Amino acid sequence: MTSVTEKVGGPRIASGPRPSSHFAGKPRHGETIIKAILRVAAIATVLTTVGILIALFTPALSFFAEVPVWEFLFGTRWAPRFADASFGVLPLVTATLWTTGIALVVAVPFGLGAAILLSEYAKPNVRKVLKPLLEILAGVPTVVYGFFALQFVQATVFREWLELPTGAFSVLAAGLVMGVMIIPTVASISEDAMSAVPTAMRQGSAALGANRMQTTLRVVFPAALSGIVAAIVLGISRAVGETMIVAIAAGNQARIVSNPLEQGQTMTGFIANAALGDSRVGSLEYNTLFAVGLLLFVITLAINFISIRVVRRYREIY
Amino acid sequence: MRTVDIKGPLVVAKPLGTGTNGELRPSALIFLSLLWLSLLVAFGVLVTLLITIFIEGQNKLTMDLITNFPASTPDNAGARPAILGSIWVIITTAVLAIPIGIAAAVHLEEFADSRKWYNRLVELNVQNLAAVPSIVYGLLALAFLALLGVGDTNIVIGGAFALTLLILPVIIISTREALRGVPREIRDGSLALGATEWQTTWRQTLPAAVPGIATGSILALSRALGEAAPLLVLGALVYITFDPNGLLSGYTTLPIQIFNWTGRPQEGFHELAAATSVLLLVVLLLMNGLAIFIRNKFQKRW
Repeated sequence: MTSVTEKVGGPRIASGPRPSSHFAGKPRHGETIIKAILRVAAIATVLTTVGILIALFTPALSFFAEVPVWEFLFGTRWAPRFADASFGVLPLVTATLWTTGIALVVAVPFGLGAAILLSEYAKPNVRKVLKPLLEILAGVPTVVYGFFALQFVQATVFREWLELPTGAFSVLAAGLVMGVMIIPTVASISEDAMSAVPTAMRQGSAALGANRMQTTLRVVFPAALSGIVAAIVLGISRAVGETMIVAIAAGNQARIVSNPLEQGQTMTGFIANAALGDSRVGSLEYNTLFAVGLLLFVITLAINFISIRVVRRYREIY
Repeated sequence: MRTVDIKGPLVVAKPLGTGTNGELRPSALIFLSLLWLSLLVAFGVLVTLLITIFIEGQNKLTMDLITNFPASTPDNAGARPAILGSIWVIITTAVLAIPIGIAAAVHLEEFADSRKWYNRLVELNVQNLAAVPSIVYGLLALAFLALLGVGDTNIVIGGAFALTLLILPVIIISTREALRGVPREIRDGSLALGATEWQTTWRQTLPAAVPGIATGSILALSRALGEAAPLLVLGALVYITFDPNGLLSGYTTLPIQIFNWTGRPQEGFHELAAATSVLLLVVLLLMNGLAIFIRNKFQKRW
């Protein structure tokens, strides 16, 4: 399944064909209005961002009026619903780090392997079949992945077959399945980056006596590095923001995770779970959702900016 | 020197004179087998997922699943309101997202001067929005509905609003790529015959880009159809025993119904969740197949 967002981090084509407007006839009646409508649609996307910022900041500010920022960021106990409520977000952050880290251990090597195979080894007709098949992985709904992680990976493989000492949930099962979900993201963008490396460089390498493995590892890979880093960074931001897999399979007890077979609640898992309960608009419980959402948004935004930066700074232009 | 045309179909010419001697070294063979292994792992998991879900859900893959309402026991329970809810939400999302997305993309690609800082800001912003976690869109919609004073946020239009914002960047990015694929000569030819800029866009550029736009929009909608997180935040996890019948109606969707049944302790509900997953996967595969078909069949190569 071709996912169009994957293009974001890829090498950008310089500005495409543009009309030479000096040929244009005089705008007809009403055409200025049409253009204004189009402009409004484009501005709507900016309003979305502004809306997200306002929507997250307003309740989050009321939250931080009651809970000091440092207590939120560095506290080690997350118990917003208890009588002696405590709002240390670190347990949620460590669970997110575990699931994201495990997902990357799966997605980076396998994603890059698939990308190299498709870009450097596969013949065009083989590629044409394999690539859409790989992208089916990106099109499976995350709730189905969650079901698979809980019912098959955790319950059947971990507990029945391997008899691992683990409960009904684990960050390992959620992380592994999430990693598989991210493989196409990493593969697709790094493949674009590697395919953009000019053939002349491969030919030069081959002329010096290198075989395809050496050419791939020493010529193509370094030349495509910025795109590959962007692919991995986008994979990280996917993993951090993924909700349904962790909400279903990682567990719902917020505590610092020290072992991947333990259960843990991630930031997204908390938001999903807390939203199930009825919380009155403006209550501390309600505001807590947005404080965690704001942290999540800031983290993914930072990751994304790093990605754009890396691509701009280290991109080799041929 | 040959250059690779990054837009067209990628033809990577084989390096001249790659002998077989270097390729058969043990290190090279191990490397190649590792590459195949990574692809096989991915496909292996996909096949395992499909098989386990099908086996678990096969008993419940009956007409009851489509015609019955959810129930407190798994025996006769079905996903009828979830199916109708998904249809309602997706059609509403399509009606909202596709026109806005295409309009924004046309503005950015055809009319906006990308040298101006504010237009570049809009572009950067679209890229960023594409990477925002889906659950954040749920929080945005939740806050927006609270601002409007809507008490029950689990309404079709609320869910469609969240999903629209979610897929808008995807539609914009794919539409821009489709428009970029239309050669400049088409536009110049039209303008030279005296057409205005808008006539050129409406009668030449947009029709030529329709296959790409359709493919991108279908893929975006299939993403929205499988999405659960933002709707969960809006409270779509409810017990619905009626057919949703309007934009302000309560609803639940297929992914939410799967999530609901997965969380129940009884094995029968897990079978229902698996069966509903099969149903959802079939619909998504059909949509994706349609998108790929349109792309391969109608896309023009200039």
